[in-house]
Amino acid sequence: MLAYSLRRLLAAIPTILLLIIACFFLMHFAPGGPFTSERPLPPQVLANIEARYGLDQPLWKQLWDYLYNIVVHFDFGPSFKFKDRDVNDIIAQGFPISLTYGSLSFLFATAVGVSLGIAAAIRHNTWIDYFAVGLGIAAQALPNFIMGPILILTFTLWLGWLPGGGWNGGQWQYLVMPVIALATSYMGSIARITRSSMLEVLNSNFIRTARAKGLPTRTVIWRHALKPTLLPVVSYLGPVFVYVLTGSVFVDIYFSTGGLGQAYVGSALSRDYAVLLGVTILYGVLTVLVNLLTDLAYAWFDPKIRY
Amino acid sequence: MLGKSQKAAHLAEDITDFTVIQGRSLWQDARMRFVRNKAAMASVFILALIVLFTIIGPYFAAWSNEEIDWNVMGDVRGMGMPSVESGHYFGVDDLGRDLYSRVIQATTTSLLVGLIGAATALIVGTCYGIAAGYIGGRTDSVMMRFVDILLAIPATLVIILLLVVAGRSFFMLFIALGAVGWLTMARIVRGQTLTLKNREFIEAARAAGVSEFTIMYRHILPNLLGVVIVYASLLVPEMILTESFISFLGLGISEPYTSLGRLIAEGAGTMSYGTLWQLMFPLSFYVTIIITMFFIGDGLRDALDPKDR
Repeated sequence: MLAYSLRRLLAAIPTILLLIIACFFLMHFAPGGPFTSERPLPPQVLANIEARYGLDQPLWKQLWDYLYNIVVHFDFGPSFKFKDRDVNDIIAQGFPISLTYGSLSFLFATAVGVSLGIAAAIRHNTWIDYFAVGLGIAAQALPNFIMGPILILTFTLWLGWLPGGGWNGGQWQYLVMPVIALATSYMGSIARITRSSMLEVLNSNFIRTARAKGLPTRTVIWRHALKPTLLPVVSYLGPVFVYVLTGSVFVDIYFSTGGLGQAYVGSALSRDYAVLLGVTILYGVLTVLVNLLTDLAYAWFDPKIRY
Repeated sequence: MLGKSQKAAHLAEDITDFTVIQGRSLWQDARMRFVRNKAAMASVFILALIVLFTIIGPYFAAWSNEEIDWNVMGDVRGMGMPSVESGHYFGVDDLGRDLYSRVIQATTTSLLVGLIGAATALIVGTCYGIAAGYIGGRTDSVMMRFVDILLAIPATLVIILLLVVAGRSFFMLFIALGAVGWLTMARIVRGQTLTLKNREFIEAARAAGVSEFTIMYRHILPNLLGVVIVYASLLVPEMILTESFISFLGLGISEPYTSLGRLIAEGAGTMSYGTLWQLMFPLSFYVTIIITMFFIGDGLRDALDPKDR
């Protein structure tokens, strides 16, 4: 297991390096930099600015410096737009916020989705099943950017229970709507995956054996059926993580929570490539690591896998 | 003497009856299963209605999607609501433009995005996957390693990056959506190709001297078609979702063109002024399209991949 983990970790390193290099070149050949404005700057000024950001160096030198700073100092360089902040500051400010509501909605969706799916499968073809399936399909068709307006309309404008946006240090009133908006759609997916997986497991031979032994239903389900049921759910957690990442971009914009998404879209609109590049790389690295973790979890969960 | 009884005559008729029992092909089977699926058939019907609406709808529009109704513009809340007399069947948006025309335009855009994006992904992914799987060996591992790396970057962020770098246009949007969509397709196709290429009929074709390209085209591709169609049908709503998400953030198609995501964003921005129709019309179109496409995709999967789920 340890050797397998190390091997996978080593294999992730070239992936991450290639990711950084690809993003770097993509940004570099983009027409129009952050300093092109409607009123062209005098060439001397432009040259000075470019020297300040190291843009006058040959390309390979820029790439090397960039890579070196990231790997050795974990430094993504200065922002092109904000003169007094560098990319690290922006990430340090936004990331904890995104992480807070992101992980909460991750937990919420997984817990509710799995319970719904299991309830539906155990009570197959009863009203509980139909209710859970209907809810799952409806939830899947309501992605975060649809749920956001609906929630605000209901809880802020009509009922007036919750504040329509802001962060305020992460008080619970400010967390409820972002978490639900983010969680709904993949909660639906998780519920459907869990349900069909549980149904398949409940029809398998070893469950029939467990029943034939006379084990109580509770033991059959929790002791024997649960672990194999959760296998496809575990392999779905990687995509869920990506949903949460991209969804957080919406949440930050719509609920003004001040997370990393706001910085991302802002930098995309103002062509602040340094921030754009930094955040993309951060998200890419996180995705690679989460995929690695889910693979390991899968290997741990599934007794059939040998490394 | 023996053959004269009625029973024997029947028997003889039965034996000499050479009308062939009509066999059912895989596709006829699949079609029957699909037609029997009520949710999927209802979804096809509703989706057809929506498509019909986007084609016929413009002939009934009193206003174009760019025209601003100056009379209404000053008081959108009071005068801009949906009504038949003013010609604004769905009301007007915040700038006084006719929402009926804009919803039609947006629905067309979203449907096109879904179809063209999925088609791009399908073609590129299938070619890539077949090539990787069939050639195999080192080529395969290099090609799939490349896919793995691209898959590591969150797709929506890649699309945003591409749109920022290359400028926002229809063409670029399709390219960007296709550019991220083909990855998973390539993986699925490669996996299927790997299981197919060692089967006897491929071996037979090779023994008969069929060229490699013809084997891929004539023998492997048709056998992949079921899986590919199922995945592509699930890809269409995903493409629409992604495009709407990007448009919602204001990074998608630019004015005067619009898409459902953009309209929902505008409606969500103005809902506190009491102009709720600006949110509700695009929202209901959007949710209907997505739900029907989910059902159609599920129906296709059950029809073409008959495993009891």
